[in-house]
Amino acid sequence: MAILSLRDVSKRFGALTVAEAVSFDLAPGEALGIIGPNGAGKSTLFNLITGNLRPDKGSVSLDGRDITAETPMQRCASGIGRSFQIPQPFGHLSVYENLLVAARFGGGISAAEAPDYCMDLLRRTGLAALADRQAGGLPLLNRKRLELARAMATRPRVILLDEIAGGLTDAECGELVATIRDIHAEGTAILWIEHVLHALTAVVTRLMVLNFGRVLMIGVPDQVMAAPEVREIYLGIEA
Amino acid sequence: MRKMLLPVLLLLAVILLAALPVIGSRALVQDLFMVLCLLVLALNWNMLAGFAGLVSVGQQAFVGIGAYGMFACVILWGMDPLAGLLIGGLVAMALSVPVAFFTFRLNGAYFAIGTWAVADIARLGISQWKALGGGTGTALPKAAVQEMPGIEAIRALIGGSKAAAVDALTYWLALALVMAMLVASWAFLRSRMGLGLQAVRDNPVAARSVGVDPVRLKALVFLLTAFGTGICGGLLFIQIGRISPDAAFSLLDWTAFVIFIVVIGGIGTLPGPVVGVLVFYGLQRLLADYGTVYLIVLGLIGIAIMLFARRGLWGGFIERTGWDLLPLSHAAPRPITPTDP
Ligand SMILES: Nc1ncnc2c1ncn2[C@@H]1O[C@H](COP(=O)(O)OP(=O)(O)O)[C@@H](O)[C@H]1O
Ligand SMILES: [Mg+2]
Repeated sequence: MAILSLRDVSKRFGALTVAEAVSFDLAPGEALGIIGPNGAGKSTLFNLITGNLRPDKGSVSLDGRDITAETPMQRCASGIGRSFQIPQPFGHLSVYENLLVAARFGGGISAAEAPDYCMDLLRRTGLAALADRQAGGLPLLNRKRLELARAMATRPRVILLDEIAGGLTDAECGELVATIRDIHAEGTAILWIEHVLHALTAVVTRLMVLNFGRVLMIGVPDQVMAAPEVREIYLGIEA
Repeated sequence: MRKMLLPVLLLLAVILLAALPVIGSRALVQDLFMVLCLLVLALNWNMLAGFAGLVSVGQQAFVGIGAYGMFACVILWGMDPLAGLLIGGLVAMALSVPVAFFTFRLNGAYFAIGTWAVADIARLGISQWKALGGGTGTALPKAAVQEMPGIEAIRALIGGSKAAAVDALTYWLALALVMAMLVASWAFLRSRMGLGLQAVRDNPVAARSVGVDPVRLKALVFLLTAFGTGICGGLLFIQIGRISPDAAFSLLDWTAFVIFIVVIGGIGTLPGPVVGVLVFYGLQRLLADYGTVYLIVLGLIGIAIMLFARRGLWGGFIERTGWDLLPLSHAAPRPITPTDP
């Protein structure tokens, strides 16, 4: 059974359709990449999955259970973790405390176990040396790392990554991809929006293309990237 | 060593404060009783507005309800005022549930206005309660107050009248309430729920997506501070001895001054209200003879602080020195490094 499935999910902002009958399944432990031009509705789709937005129509299910009416808190507790495209740290809390909140609430980890759990994640994401630093003062790369680490602290079974490699140098991107590969290898299912294609294809086994809120195509990366309609809208190259 | 200085000074101050009814004048005890009660109210309002983001201007509702609850217990049911105190606090907490239910639907300024409206409705409602004097109010029977447990022992200790012993007892209770509020606030803010509350304050959207329920935490703080505020209301009016709806539900006395204290001291910091209440008391003594000028000066100082020192005096102190008396942070665990034998 799919861990996450969307059925005919639609959402409009006034006259603007940002999701139009979106349906897809994510298998347990699978990594699915999402691409599409700016404004295609990718981040909105994440918000529909996490419950930050409610769809006008359609349903979202986790493990076959309909969660469309659940709050973001409930969905987090059931195993959906996310990062934000524009990092959203708890600015006055330390890096460590950012993870501690996520571990204690979303992750349901006990007070006794949380410190080691959080420090372990900080080490894996290269943030251990900055544990006591105020999160609001971090530069971009570390904010992105913190997004990933904090999402992981909620102990997700599905993690949603929104352009986590955007704006990083090749070396920085490479490190982040290595960490994400590890997370995937441990069995966490991944849904990953990214413009940096080589980062994406280093992890995902399937690609989904969104355009104007519609699923244009889902398939293996080579096949998707070779499709004329994808090349046309996504790469702006005439087929 | 310097870090030890302030805690030691504070400990001395607390000991001095505790000894005051024995060594000080009765007028000073009465004065400081009021200061301590304002501090209790300020600590509660700081939790609400400074940490839970609930900028209420209707906390006088819970002062009034706590006070009238205590009066009802004593006058109508012949209970001990101290038991009435506790019941008044519990009634305030119980009534905060429907208040939260209505006002939590409102945001920002509308929440503030909503809480104020609720307080006024409570004042008008209590004015209809004929058994407790209606709109003109009533007095607490002297006998009931002077028979509170411990009064005789206190008389023996401080060697004054029964009325002076009542002043001393209420003063000590106010001091105990301040200490309890400080310890409870600190413990709460350092707990899981306090950490969640600080996350909500920084970024409510992100907080929800890591599993923190902002409404639940805010409701909890609203409930607990209604209890603290209600108890303080009861205590205030045991000492004052007379109650009326206008006095018990006074916006100026129990909320406006309290907001001033928190804002100048440092909103969202634990020691802030303590600093604020000292400044407030100082200004009050300094300007007491000038009538309304005093209120104008308070207002101007409040505005100046909001404009030029947003984090108040204690907030500014932390920024300068990087050192906090009651830090709320959780330090990351340090890896245990092997040391040479
Ligand atoms: N809360 C909102 N209200 C109105 N319009 C929105 C809102 N959020 C996003 N949009 C619009 O919806 C479209 C899709 O946005 P988004 O999902 O962020 O796209 P992207 O694929 O780049 O992540 C954009 O045109 C954006 O301006
Ligand atoms: Mg986006």
